[in-house]
Amino acid sequence: MGIIKKKDVLYVASLARIKLADGQIEGFTGQLDSILDYIKQLDEVDTESVQPTSHVLPMVNVFRKDDVKPSLPQEKVLENAPGKEGYFFKVPKVIDGAEK
Amino acid sequence: MKYDIVIGLEVHLQLNTKTKIFCGCSTTFGNSPNSQTCPVCLGFPGVLPVFNKGVLDLSLRSALALGCTVSKFIKFDRKNYFYPDLPKNFQISQYDLPLAKDGLLEIDVEDGSRKRIRIRRVHMEEDAGKLVHEKEASLVDFNRCGTPLLEIVSEPDINSPEEAYRYLTALKEILRYLEVSDCNMEEGSLRCDANISLKPKGSEELGTKAEVKNVNSFKAVRGALSYEVQRQEELLSNSERVVQETRLWDPDKEVTVSMRSKEEAHDYRYFPEPDLVPFVITDKTIQEVRSALPELPQAKRARFIKEIGLSEYDAGVITSEKEMADYFEGCIKLYDKPKVVANWLMGDFTAALKEKGLESISQCEMDPADFIGMLKMIDDGSISGKMAKSILAEAIQEGKAPKDLVSAKGLTQISDKPQLEDLVGKAMEENGEVVEEYRRGKKGAIAYLVGQVMQKTKGKANPKLVNEILRKKLEG
Repeated sequence: MGIIKKKDVLYVASLARIKLADGQIEGFTGQLDSILDYIKQLDEVDTESVQPTSHVLPMVNVFRKDDVKPSLPQEKVLENAPGKEGYFFKVPKVIDGAEK
Repeated sequence: MKYDIVIGLEVHLQLNTKTKIFCGCSTTFGNSPNSQTCPVCLGFPGVLPVFNKGVLDLSLRSALALGCTVSKFIKFDRKNYFYPDLPKNFQISQYDLPLAKDGLLEIDVEDGSRKRIRIRRVHMEEDAGKLVHEKEASLVDFNRCGTPLLEIVSEPDINSPEEAYRYLTALKEILRYLEVSDCNMEEGSLRCDANISLKPKGSEELGTKAEVKNVNSFKAVRGALSYEVQRQEELLSNSERVVQETRLWDPDKEVTVSMRSKEEAHDYRYFPEPDLVPFVITDKTIQEVRSALPELPQAKRARFIKEIGLSEYDAGVITSEKEMADYFEGCIKLYDKPKVVANWLMGDFTAALKEKGLESISQCEMDPADFIGMLKMIDDGSISGKMAKSILAEAIQEGKAPKDLVSAKGLTQISDKPQLEDLVGKAMEENGEVVEEYRRGKKGAIAYLVGQVMQKTKGKANPKLVNEILRKKLEG
């Protein structure tokens, strides 16, 4: 029926690093489908002469000067870290771009 | 079968702003881990990145110097992926509306002609943090995270590893002239990824490419690409396929090795960065930046050859670093012998800088006026060329002015005629036999007499003058 298949849900979940229980997959398949259906209504609008919108605020060119501001104290930075070593964050080992 | 080599280069350049691209943390290299971080560059929820004006200024300079067309309207996008060096799980980059497109970089190729390499796009983005791999864990330092990067992507117009090397050299030269980056590959302020493929000679269709990473010097780029040419040639000759993959350069073994590829292709899901408004770049801004560009190496080289009369080789060496070219120009304003200045700068001066461990002439304390003062002392005979060489070496080593060294050591050459005539007279008196020998026709005897005068003056007498005076007295 819908555009979204089970494999699509699993793929999106893997991109988001979310583990789904078997029972959840079916549910999300239907939900994602109905969201797409809803958004699909936009296809009916004629957008021929409308510029693509990347931002809704009518503002451009918000800059900051290249002036140094104080950083956080290192102790504060690492306060909530699940793992640390010296002033480093410590994470499970990563090699060659693949997570172990 | 013969193959054509097709190479495209992606260069990442750290811009030398004082602060990061979207927050006020310092970009200083080499400080204690995580001491230059804040909620913005650590990717805390609810923070607001604000674009550093300095980044746009330096990026515009670079894009215009590379002959690019700058876009009037640009925006930032999120490039999504998970990796521990990226605390937000996305990198703020530019996707479909980059800063600039369609540039050109001219390089000298091996046959002596010039070749144009097209530049596809130039865009701004933030750098990731640094990972240190230990046995059981990886350690993360976010000091570098958020450092502004300029990505410069070439078209696949490069047709040999040597051309790739020259492209990088020419690019670095220009970027250093613009003073937008240190371009230090060892410290990672310039990084390069290369795409390389082979196709049957003359064929229109591109072959499957490999991407080579982890090359950290210009020579390594050339080495890695040469290795890849050989590897892919072998595969194709044996009717095997080149696999599209990322390969890492192993500088010790001098080979590239396949990086364990992820099962799924990258899916970055780019979308507009909602926290940063778009930017409009006016013609007026472009015009201002363009007119403030310094003279670039190629133009300077041509001018040094045409107007100052340097040889092509000398002009090439003198202009390869902006600091050296500036120093040279400072010198020839004070002294009308450019060729002499060039020879000193390329020879003894450069050797002395190296001896002291200085990377650039701008770090040397001797200014052009001091240096030219020394050259003028040679010209008026107060010191010999030989003395000047050792004075220069010592002056640079000790950070002293040559003229102070000369007077402190009493090195000034004796060119005072009456004083020398006196000394010559004495030497002749003391060595009557030698004078006789000379007058009987043994002209070589004069050398002994010159030697006597030099000994009396501890080598400080102007040998040319001594010779002249002696000859006159002996003949007379």
